[in-house]
Amino acid sequence: MTDIDVELVNITKKFGELVAVDDVSIQVTRGSFFSILGPSGCGKTTTLKMISGFEEPDNGDVFIGGERVNGVPPNHRRVNMVFQQLALFPLMTVSANVGFGLKMSGVPKADRQARVEEMLEKVDLPGLGDRKPDQLSGGQQQRVAIARCLILDPTVLLLDEPLGALDLKLRDQMKIQLKRLQHEVGTTFIYITHDQSEALVMSDEVAVMNEGHLLQIGAPDELYSNPADYFVASFVGESNAFEGPITHLENGHAVLSADPFDFKSPTHPDIRVGENCRLFIRPERIRLMSSDAGSDALYDNQFPGEIQDVVFDGAVARAFVDLGHNTVITVLVTRTSDTPLPVEGEAVLVGWNALDALCFPE
Amino acid sequence: MTAQDSITTPRKRKFKVPWAIVLPAIPLFLWLSLLIVFPHIRLAILSFLKRGQDIFFLDNFLNIFLGNYLAPFQDPDQLFSRVFFKTVLFSLVNTLLSLIVAYPIAFYLAKVLKGSRKFALLLLLILPYWVSELVRVYAWMNILRETGFLNYLLVNVLGIFDQPVEFLYNNTSLFVVFVYSSVLLMILPIYSSLEGLADEQIQAAEDLGAGPFATFRYVVFPISLPSVTYGCILVFMISAGNYLIPNLIGGKNTLWVTEMIYNRFIISTNWNLGSAYSLILLISTSIMIYLGLRLTGQSLRGVFSEQ
Repeated sequence: MTDIDVELVNITKKFGELVAVDDVSIQVTRGSFFSILGPSGCGKTTTLKMISGFEEPDNGDVFIGGERVNGVPPNHRRVNMVFQQLALFPLMTVSANVGFGLKMSGVPKADRQARVEEMLEKVDLPGLGDRKPDQLSGGQQQRVAIARCLILDPTVLLLDEPLGALDLKLRDQMKIQLKRLQHEVGTTFIYITHDQSEALVMSDEVAVMNEGHLLQIGAPDELYSNPADYFVASFVGESNAFEGPITHLENGHAVLSADPFDFKSPTHPDIRVGENCRLFIRPERIRLMSSDAGSDALYDNQFPGEIQDVVFDGAVARAFVDLGHNTVITVLVTRTSDTPLPVEGEAVLVGWNALDALCFPE
Repeated sequence: MTAQDSITTPRKRKFKVPWAIVLPAIPLFLWLSLLIVFPHIRLAILSFLKRGQDIFFLDNFLNIFLGNYLAPFQDPDQLFSRVFFKTVLFSLVNTLLSLIVAYPIAFYLAKVLKGSRKFALLLLLILPYWVSELVRVYAWMNILRETGFLNYLLVNVLGIFDQPVEFLYNNTSLFVVFVYSSVLLMILPIYSSLEGLADEQIQAAEDLGAGPFATFRYVVFPISLPSVTYGCILVFMISAGNYLIPNLIGGKNTLWVTEMIYNRFIISTNWNLGSAYSLILLISTSIMIYLGLRLTGQSLRGVFSEQ
């Protein structure tokens, strides 16, 4: 058990009638980058606050570094937090911001200065110590906020959507930088986000939450290819989604009817005939064929359609195929061969195998 | 039209008054010049002339007389100096007391209360200022005087005292009413600066290991410092220049500089000496504010631009 840095055991938190966090248990491995992913209001921030000590759970226990910390105030937990709006102290210099925690714990000035220098070096901000936070770029402020915490050598660093305030391009850069920084310092990071791509890019493990419940914990790849339920399937990654009752079983496949289409889907012990289910097909699992490929069914599901639009994005392109009846599905076209991109208005066939889809009862 | 005309005409074009800028500035200009600048120029001129002299008599124009400025300090009783010193000291104490009372209220308003309760408390604080200062002072006199509300409560209702006590006309009552009448000027600027302080800043300080005192000392107070200074300047100036409260509440022993100035002008009709008193008060309080700013490493521009 020694390589578990943070452990939540059956944590529950209520605000009046609202159950913000419902019976959540999480183990975070030492040195890992752990994300809690979910839409706003899913309880992820409350969970983070219970780890940091700004909220106390109504039920359950919080362990940090093997010690139970229920009732221990934030300033006595070996956990530090990077806030959503960063919350740098605007009147202090960068050095004073980074050295604040050391000053509070009574580290003498000379020692403090040396460690601040060293820390600024580590986060790639050497020589900027005399500036005020508002003289730095968004990305630099980010790193000051992280340095301010890391200098205290916390067991865990908590990050509350710190990339939210940045613009898209900077956010993409910061994802990589943050991951690299975490790797270098080796501190356990717990990262809160509603952005699935942030969670997938940076994390070793991701916990998906919705409406106070923990739905699944797993590596990004596992969440993507093996989601535990329909919420995870729809929230993590891009999907074509359909909904409808299972009409019958056929050749080991369940058939889901989303009028007027019948989709052959994987079976599952939970899936019964007559039950309403949700079907998800990842865009990269769908094949695009020319309409003259022949009527022989190469795939379990095969439908004619017309290219409505093609969005080109370098190595890949997204084709939006109109199947008629107000149904448009997205197909990812990888540009590995010399085949030309489909053009708008072209008649095509789309196809996928039953096992390429994910099917969940509602 | 000759060729020459066509060249000179544009140059002769009349200067157009930018009315859009000038018109709105007229009231401000009139107010500043008629009510502030001219009276002070006149006070300055009068203060350098002998009693009863005025610049309207041209012979007096060059007879500069410094006696009005020397007289208060040549007085064997040193009445003016003592009263002046007391006024400044009492104003400083009032400023400090107001700050001590105002800061927790401002913090409570800005950081603890939310929504309609906050609005209600703000309204309650501002409400008394809708009536004139005179009415508010009389209200306090009604509370504190021998036959007033407080004595009624203590003698008739609670029975703590056998005899009514005169609470008015001493330093305690003076400070009570002074703080009451100036505390809002301290609360509002501090409140608005604390409003701008994100709760996350306080949490961040706590998260980094700061206790409540250190959080206040390093994170909360520095943010509010310009507003604290602003409030202190307002309260100090208004206390030192107050006439009503020391006169009505303070009684005989608390002679204020403003009362001495009033006496020179109205009782002994020595406008020249009164003018000198006024200018001594104005200039020395200004110097004190300047020194106060320098000592705390601030500038007037910095303090006012934060408001």
